[in-house]
Order: sequence, then structure tokens, then C-alpha cells
Amino acid sequence: MSETFFGKSVKRREDARLLTGKGAFVDDLKIPFTTHAAFVRSPHAHAKINKIDLTAAKAMKGVIAIYTGKDLKDSGVKPIPVGWLLPGIKVPAHYPLAVDKVRHMGDAVALVIAETVYIARDAAELVEVDYQVLPALSDGAEALKKGAPTVHDEAPDNVCFRWALGDKAATDKAFTTAHKIVKQSFRNHRLIPNAIEPRACLASANAGTGETTLWVTSQNPHVHRLIMAAFVLGIPEHKLRVISQDVGGGFGSKIFIYPEECAVTWASRALSRPIKWTSDRREAFLTDAHGRDHHTEAEIALSAEGNFLGLRVKTVANLGAYLTLFAPAVPTYLYGTLLTGTYKTPAIHVDVTGVFTHTTPVDAYRGAGRPEATYLIERLVDLSAKALGMDPLEIRRKNLLTSDQFPYQTPVALLYDSGNYQGALDKALTMFDYPGFRKEQAAARKEGRYLGVGFSTYVEACGLAPSQVAGALGAQAGLYESATVRVHPTGKVTVFTGSHSHGQGHETTFAQVAADELQVPMEDVEIVHGDTGIVPFGMGSYGSRSGPVGTAAIHMGAQKIKEKAKKIAAHLLEANEKDVVYEGGKFFVKGTPGVSKSFFDVSLMAYLAHNLPKGLEPGLEAISFFDPGNFVFPFGTHICMVEVERSTGVVKVLRYVAVDDLGRVINPMIVDGMVHGGILQGVSQALYEHAEYDENAQLITGSMMNYVVPKADDFIGVELARTETPTPVNPLGIKGAGETGTIASTPAVANAVMDALSPFGIQHIDMPLTPGRIWEALRGRKEA
Amino acid sequence: MASVTITVNGTPQTREIETRVLLVHFLRDTLGLTGTHVGCDTSQCGACTVTLDGMAVKSCSLFAVQADGRSVGTIEGVAKEGKLNAMQEGFWQEHGLQCGFCTPGMIMAACALIERNPKPTDHEVRVGLEGNMCRCTGYTNIVKAVQTAAAATAAGKR
Ligand code: FES
Ligand code: FES
Repeated sequence: MSETFFGKSVKRREDARLLTGKGAFVDDLKIPFTTHAAFVRSPHAHAKINKIDLTAAKAMKGVIAIYTGKDLKDSGVKPIPVGWLLPGIKVPAHYPLAVDKVRHMGDAVALVIAETVYIARDAAELVEVDYQVLPALSDGAEALKKGAPTVHDEAPDNVCFRWALGDKAATDKAFTTAHKIVKQSFRNHRLIPNAIEPRACLASANAGTGETTLWVTSQNPHVHRLIMAAFVLGIPEHKLRVISQDVGGGFGSKIFIYPEECAVTWASRALSRPIKWTSDRREAFLTDAHGRDHHTEAEIALSAEGNFLGLRVKTVANLGAYLTLFAPAVPTYLYGTLLTGTYKTPAIHVDVTGVFTHTTPVDAYRGAGRPEATYLIERLVDLSAKALGMDPLEIRRKNLLTSDQFPYQTPVALLYDSGNYQGALDKALTMFDYPGFRKEQAAARKEGRYLGVGFSTYVEACGLAPSQVAGALGAQAGLYESATVRVHPTGKVTVFTGSHSHGQGHETTFAQVAADELQVPMEDVEIVHGDTGIVPFGMGSYGSRSGPVGTAAIHMGAQKIKEKAKKIAAHLLEANEKDVVYEGGKFFVKGTPGVSKSFFDVSLMAYLAHNLPKGLEPGLEAISFFDPGNFVFPFGTHICMVEVERSTGVVKVLRYVAVDDLGRVINPMIVDGMVHGGILQGVSQALYEHAEYDENAQLITGSMMNYVVPKADDFIGVELARTETPTPVNPLGIKGAGETGTIASTPAVANAVMDALSPFGIQHIDMPLTPGRIWEALRGRKEA
Repeated sequence: MASVTITVNGTPQTREIETRVLLVHFLRDTLGLTGTHVGCDTSQCGACTVTLDGMAVKSCSLFAVQADGRSVGTIEGVAKEGKLNAMQEGFWQEHGLQCGFCTPGMIMAACALIERNPKPTDHEVRVGLEGNMCRCTGYTNIVKAVQTAAAATAAGKR
């Protein structure tokens, strides 16, 4: 098939509205007689709710209603369920509003509805909650200690689950034969997503029809509808419509079904009034699901020649106070399964304990489990090189899987689809002169300047699949994607996709795919997403699945359209269907392009139905569900060059080179953009971002003043290139691009900083590598 | 309550408002100009950036009454007669936006930046935009967009 649009950097059609202030973000929407919500939140991390006094708040002019957790529970509201269950997992009830106890700072205890936001917030301050403050804990490792405060009675030892993967005996054996064992404990610290658009919802219940519409900042509106309707609020699914049109970034944080949208939807139905709630940034810090937060002990067994023989990993994952939608999957199936990395390590065993603490729930944040795995592996690789006196590149070359090994069955369950890891590394080295750098580094050291280089030769897993396997492993949902391709009588096309765009540019890229497949101009294709009222079904976007899964569904739908159209065309051409071809937007009998029927002719006839093949239904529309047979595995090499200032500990990134293999790429400009953003998010974990709690589990980095969201002058421009190894998993050969940057970059930066610090005998510092931490590590040290 | 007259995108707007209403809420809720966004509560993100008498300001950090008698420019007033200005074109061309939430504020700040400094270096662009956060783009393409716009403006293309 000829491709006109695939592979082209087509300018984005969504930009026309976003550049002119005409976007429709949830908080922009206005419905007459809308009321406004504010939540009363716990200032304590752990407390018993003795009494809630609403008298003063209710007396305020403009207050319409105030509800507590008890009101919701008594009216039949159920806890928010978990979407991934592991064997033996403890799932404590998570009600939209806390009932007897609060378990993290910011836990909501009451909902105020008022005529204006200003009144709602003033009234929320007048709600008097009598708390009995209880001891609290914030650290995952502390949670396991004897005598630690208990978060949930169901899990007296704070253990939510224990999970293991890999061949323990084989791994233990590898360690007995090792020439050297390198051990390191790692802290993969907690992050706060900070999409620039705060979460928001607007619920509008129609008492006349019994229907409720919810506009919400969601990455997966159908999942929102299903869970809120069937599990939390008991609304018949067809009576709830969920719309997420323009969404201002997600990075995972807008996947989950949050207490606020459940409570607001319930209240709108109770009052028969529209209710809007928009999070402020302070609430976002306290309630948007956080990311990462692991304590890990890892060791790698090495041969004298530098081969990786075995890897043993023990991780404690802090899950926060409650389990959110995918929380159990993130530190297990999205983490342990990726510990092979790009290497031939034959034996791996991983053991993960998920624990509750009195902190904000932790769930998928850009990369979700794969950044944690990649950081650990890539750091261990560098530490191994050091221990053996090898070059970090040499040890990588020795252990990288080779392109003739694919498909490759890893020792931790995954089957890698395709790859050429050496190819990406080679290409990166054409962009970065490594020998030249080592000379420059040596010269700089003589002047008291400390340069470092860090590599990350990574692989990651996107487009979690297939549904059947995921189901067997505990997923409570399918992991396919749907697309409905509707051809109108005039040959114009509307594609309804279950994927969701919150910055990815689907309205453009999906139109590129559909227009190519149907051989129509791009402007004849409209992409519709984010509305359960018009899109039949969808699983939404997370885990870089829109490219590998979402577009494949569109591709399938387009094939069905062409099949039916060909039947009609053959009939009109009075030809045998087998002889008819479709080329350049025309159907004709092979060899006689002069006599043809256009896409328009056929579409029109499909709806006129005056002359259709016998027995063929009128209309031209197809719905498809693509359920991939496997994950897809993007990979690549990132190289980071830094300078560390001896006197201050300040790290400056001097160059950042990334070669990614994302399979085939629909729109290079858009993919580059995603990689740019992803890289900064990963760099920022290495250098800047850190969610910190104090000894009372109070979040002390609760605003943009003390949690670093990187700004333009915190980073430099990145240098990108790609190699292209298509995946056989989906028809378009796409591997997914949304998270690679974040997954790959963190260890590249950390490795570079450690390389710069190596003259001082420093091997490892936990992230974030802030000036303070580096300065502390350097204190009193002399260059060796 | 107070009566204010603020010229917004060239049109004088007179309204009775509570004195505690922030300029950004006046724009969004009173005038319905929802292109100006709110991304934080500590004057850090810059999503609310507008111009006040030509200077880029954070409209979440001003009361509407402080803008009384003055002139405010928002993203809705940047394109003239349906024609995007050089900065909007630059952002489109260079893919300087993804989710688009930071974009209106970013464009207002960037327009003011190149007005002050018509030929900025990349570093000057980065420093000049440090009051505006973007979580999607990693800023690489935003810097390119501003440079493209600066070059187009200098060449007098628009
Ligand atoms: S809303 Fe963030 S600076 Fe104004
Ligand atoms: S484009 Fe999403 S925050 Fe800037």
C-alpha cells in the first residue's frame, strides 16, 4: 500500500484551537446554574474522625449542601475498586470520602457545595472536624518494622502483597559461581506528576431523563464510566456519559478513578444540579497519585570476563494509603518483568513487597515500573564495570542481546519482539565522540573541572497485552483498543477511537493512518475521542499504547471498510470482486484503471442502496477491536554528558544524545516532541524532583515552591536520532513512544554524575542528585 | 463590590465585581475568556500569563481591581482577523505545544520576550521563559518556536 501521510511531520490540527485559547478543558466549560464544590481535607496523616460539626459552614449564605463520608456510605456509595489483583493481596476499602479514619494528609472528609467557588472554599474552612491524631509513617521500609503504626486493620503488618518472579534456584546458583558480586542498595524516590492542568470535573445530572454527564480530566473516559457506574455509584452504565475532551497532560495521573469525581457525581445526582470542582495545585500535590518510591537491595553476579551471570533484586514498594486503579501492577508486572533490560543475564529473581503507608497513593507515573527497573539495571551495569575495571561501553557490548536473538524469551516472563540494540548504540556513538570525550575529561580534570558521561542502553515494554494473559495475571480489564470507522454518504470519514489524547496529537496522527489506509485526503478524516456518548468503547491511553494498540484498531477497521466497499464497487463495475483493486482512491478492474468507481461513488451507493449486491446491508461502517498478541519493546541508547562543580555540587547537563528505536513512526515531529518531554521528566527525577515527607508523614514538598517542576533554563536542547526496527506485533510495526524518554534518561544522568565524581572514589549517591547531596558526598574527600 | 473598567483585547469592559476577585477569574468567569488558564496557586506556573499595558504579568497574582483603568491582552486577542501572529505560527510550525494547557501563557510571555529582546539567544529564551512551566515539551521545541517567531518578526514577514 502506498503511504502518503505515514512518516510525515504533518502539522497538528488540534493546535488551531489550542494556540488561540479555544481549547475546551474541563474548567473552561460553563453550564447554567452550576454550583461549585470544595473538599474539606485532613491536615493529619493519620487520625480518627471523632466528630464533624457542619453547623457554622451550613449557616453560610450560598452554601447548598455539605456531605460527609458517612452520608455517601449510607446512601449506598461503594469503595473505589482496584483494577489489578495479585494473589493474597489485601484491598482495604477506599471510600470517596473518609468514613472513620483519615490515612494521608489531604484525605477528603467532607464535600461542600455552594453557589460560587469562593463561598464553597470559605465554608469548607468553617467545617470543624474533631480528629484524634494517631502515629503516622511515610517510609516504605519503616512500614515493615516491628511496632510501626498500622495503616489498615486488614493488613496489621502493613503488607499489601508479596510477589516474586524468576527462577530462584538458578539465580542462587549463578551467585555461587560468580567471580565477583556487586551489591548496591537503591532508593528510587517518590515523584509527583504535576500535569500543568489540575484535575477537574463537572457533573450534571438530569432529573428528567435520569442521565448524568460527567466531564472529567481522564486519560480513559470509558474506564471512568465503567468503574463509577458499575462499582462505585451504582448508576446504570448507559445512564452515565463521561466526556474528556481537551486534557492538559496526564503522565499517568489522570488514569485513576479519584474520590473527588465520584463524590461530585454522586452529589450532582442527589441535588439535581451541575457541580464543578477544580483542584488547586496544593490539592494536586496531596491527592494526584504519586509515582515510584522504592527501596531496593540488588546484587549482580559477574564472571571474570564481565558477563552478567545472575541478578537478585529485593524491593519494597510504597503504595501509599490506599490502592488506586493499577497500583499493584506497577511495582510487579511492569517492573520485575523488565529486569532483564537489554542484556543476556540468564538468571534473575525478583521479590517485591508492596506496603501501605500514611501517604498519598502511588500508582503509574510516566514509565510506571519500567523507569525503576531501568535505573536499577543501568546503574548496576556501571557499578559492575567499575568493579571489574572495565569501560562502561565495553561491559555493555559484551552483554547486550544481539539482533539474531529475537524474539527473545527473557528469564522474567517477557518475550521481546524485535531489536537491534548494538545498532542503536553504534548510531549514538556516531553522534557522540566517546574517545574524544575521555580526552576532554582527562584534560578538564587537570584544570579542576569534573566532566562525566553516562550511558543508558535501555529497553522498555509498551502496550501491555494480550488481554487473556493480563487477565490471568490479575488485570480486571481487557487491554485491547477499539475503533469505529464511519464512512459518510459523501465519502467523508469519522473515526471514533477508544484511545485518548491529552497532548499526544491523535487527531492528527490517527487521521494520517486512516487517510492512508482509506486512500482519502487527510482533511476528509475526523478523529473523535474522549466521549463515551459517541465512542462505542475504549481502554484509553497509558503505557504508550495509543500507537501500538489504538492505531492498529483503526487499521483493522479500515480493512473492513475496504472489503465491503470493494464488494459494492465490483457490483457497480459488473466485475468479479477478486479482480477489483483499490488504488489511488479508485476501484477498478485490474489492468483497466480507465473505468473506475471512486471512494465517493461507492460510499454514496452504500447509503442510497439503490444498487447493492444481493444480500449486502446498506451503510459503510466498521467497528474493530485490536487485542495484540504481545507487548512491544522500544529500545535505544541515551548518552548524557555533565559537569559537576566541585565547590557547589551543582550538576550541569552539557549534552544529551538519544537514539531511540520506536519501530515505525507515524509523525516524526510529534514523536520527537514526546521524547523531548519524556527525557526532561527523567532528567528531572535524577537531578531535581523529590517528594518528601517529614516524621509525621506531612508532605513538605507540597507546592511548586519546594517541589521542582523543571523550567526552561533547567535543561538544554536534546539531540535525537532513531533507528527503525518494526515490531511484528501490530500491523503498522509501531512500538510506542510516550515513555521511552523518561525510562531511559534517569540512569543516563545518574551514571554521568557518578562518572564525573569517580576521581573522588564516589560510586553511588541516591537521587535526586541535588547540589546539597553531592556537596555532602564530596565533603572532606580528596581526588584519588 | 467595586466597579471596574478594564480594556481587554482593545474593548473596554465595565463590571461590578467583588474586590477579592483575581484578574484571572475576572477574565475566565466574568468575561468568559477561558484561554487564560490557572495551573497553580503560588504564582509559579505562568499558565495565567497575560499582558498588562504591554507587560507580561501573571493574572493569578493580581486582583481585577488592580487592573482598573488599564489595558489587558489575552491569548484571545493575539490573532488578528483570524490570522495567527508570528509567535502562534512559530509554536505551530515547531510543535511547541502538546497538551496545550501551558500554551496561552507561554505565548503571551514569549511575545513580550521578543518585544523586549528581538534577537534572543537560546539561553536568553530559556531564562526569559523561566516563569512559565511546561510539563509536556521539555522546552526544546518551545525554544525553537520562539526563535522561529523572532526570525519571522525580524524579517517583517507579518
Ligand atoms: S496560575 Fe500559576 S502562575 Fe498564575
Ligand atoms: S504543552 Fe502541556 S504543559 Fe506545555
